Amino acid sequence: MENDKLVIGGKEFDSRFILGSGKYSMKLIEAAVKDAGAQIITLAVRRTNTKDEENILDYIPENVTLLPNTSGARDAKEAVRIARLARELGCGDFVKVEIMKDSKYLLPDNNETIKATEILAKEGFVVMPYMYPDLYAARELQNVGAATIMPLASPIGSNKGLATKEFIQILIDEIDLPIIVDAGIGRPSQACEAMEMGAAAIMANTALATAGDLTMMASAFKNAIEAGRKAYLAGLGRVLTRGAAASDPLTGFLH
Amino acid sequence: MENNFLIDSDLLTESGLNRKHQIETDPSSRINHMEYLPGMDVIESDIRKCVMEHFDSYDYSKYTAKDVKRALDSDRCTIEDFKALLSPAAEPFLEQMAIKAQKETSKHFGNTVYLFTPLYIANYCENYCVYCGFNCYNKIKRLKLDFDQIEHEMKVISDSGMEEILILTGESPTKSDVKYIGEACKIARKYFKMVGIEIYPVNVEDYRYLHECGVDYVTVFQETYDSDKYETLHLMGNKRIWPYRFDAQERALMGGMRGVAFSALLGLSDFRKDALASALHVYYLQRKYPHAEMSLSCPRLRPIINNDTINPLDVGEKQLCQIICAYRIFLPFCGITVSSRETAEFRNGIVKIAATKVSAGVSTGIGDHEEKYTGKQEEESGDEQFEICDGRSLNSMYSDITAEGLQPVFNDYVYVG
Repeated sequence: MENDKLVIGGKEFDSRFILGSGKYSMKLIEAAVKDAGAQIITLAVRRTNTKDEENILDYIPENVTLLPNTSGARDAKEAVRIARLARELGCGDFVKVEIMKDSKYLLPDNNETIKATEILAKEGFVVMPYMYPDLYAARELQNVGAATIMPLASPIGSNKGLATKEFIQILIDEIDLPIIVDAGIGRPSQACEAMEMGAAAIMANTALATAGDLTMMASAFKNAIEAGRKAYLAGLGRVLTRGAAASDPLTGFLH
Repeated sequence: MENNFLIDSDLLTESGLNRKHQIETDPSSRINHMEYLPGMDVIESDIRKCVMEHFDSYDYSKYTAKDVKRALDSDRCTIEDFKALLSPAAEPFLEQMAIKAQKETSKHFGNTVYLFTPLYIANYCENYCVYCGFNCYNKIKRLKLDFDQIEHEMKVISDSGMEEILILTGESPTKSDVKYIGEACKIARKYFKMVGIEIYPVNVEDYRYLHECGVDYVTVFQETYDSDKYETLHLMGNKRIWPYRFDAQERALMGGMRGVAFSALLGLSDFRKDALASALHVYYLQRKYPHAEMSLSCPRLRPIINNDTINPLDVGEKQLCQIICAYRIFLPFCGITVSSRETAEFRNGIVKIAATKVSAGVSTGIGDHEEKYTGKQEEESGDEQFEICDGRSLNSMYSDITAEGLQPVFNDYVYVG
């Protein structure tokens, strides 16, 4: 367990909780870092304050890795532009590609995401694409140089949990990159379940931001994610299935 | 006890015999089996490294009943689970493995069993593979069918109702060159809906040409994944080059083939390690080429002409059944072929559990189908590669499969170029 690190773009992390940026407040960031143990925090580049007061960057501790995202981008071209801006702003090489053409459901556009990922990976970015869990799209993202794959569990901000569970499991089984479940996780138990399945990390925001006690919920997520990870590494126990043994054994023909 | 493969022929001159003995006994007289020969494609691929890391480190004695139970109780089979299922610790769980394997087979293939027949068109060979009836030192009747003879054989087979054919040759690029094989495949396209080949490994462009001739499926047996053991069994000829053979399926896919088949010849070396490597070869290639259709065969060593003592050593029917069940649980999507090397009883049993393809109306000789199918004496025929065990005709195979409650299928395929 001690050597169990999350490795993204050659960088090691002990924490498998990533704080999203949709609903943000300075209090949320504080709770995520202190109580949920987050070592990666996303940052919507379009929201960075260019003036002096209340700059989000001032609230993020130095030992936390900034993950600028391209939220607001409607196609690959815009996402690439935002990513380059983030790098210029000194946010490092990590970038979470988010491209939504639909402002009602905010579902990611996999095609545009693949295009942007290819361009940015070639430019040396550590690209973490947010995507709808589709195997072909995930393979393409892997082929064009993504560092992780970030499939959604449910519509963003919905707190509805693992609606895409079967498809996320396929990505975990088939893709040789860390699968980080992003969007839709509403409860610690859902985060735990995703980790038991073999997800590499959980990204959440609304679940904390809309909780009764932010600090306590942050701590609950930390424990749930750690428990799920331990269960995955330990290997889950068996589930008994009903059914009697065949009276005529299948291997009866062997001598 | 090890097999005694080395048989001298009375056809050889004294110097020829001396040369044969030298190759057999003096490793320094043999070429480097790990070095590609001029003209052989070298492809950039990490598949071999992935497979061989597991092969080299696989210690099946460390697995226990607990590991096997965990593998059997799990929804998905990891590489570790597969290693446990192949280990001696899994032998007492054979019936449970069969039950699980049957469920997986049924999920992916329903109750269908595909039928095909092999057609050997030539038995000339330039390799000296000590266990093979076609080896260049074995005194057998050699024959290469001309195109009229090939067409005649195909007509006879097609008239029996068969729709899928696997074309085989001995490994002689000189006597049976790619053009000759391609022409044979073009003829096959007229009579069969599905054409596969099992020939010597060739380069990407050759596979592309053969695909254009109508071939969709390439079978290459690695024989053994233990390259050191391989070296002691494949003493002469292009086949001696182990890595070139290993990469054959990937080259075939690069050449546009739709499917590839894999196998080790069980009984040549450590069968558990060879079974592990065969399945991982499928596993890693499938991840790299997810569109490709994959299948595994599981042949055991058989007696050959001039050496009827050759046997699969420690790979009994139970071990073979264990391997096939483990293959099925680990690779539920993969076709599994069981050839006429096995008895009718074994094949009837294994198609109920995990095998999805069986051959029928089989001859491993050259140009003798009419004689075998109708009793009509043919002018000349070439000797067989190995002795078969299950000589059932297509009709009798069809009715036996039906009697087991399964659905025989002749073809589910359309060649689309």
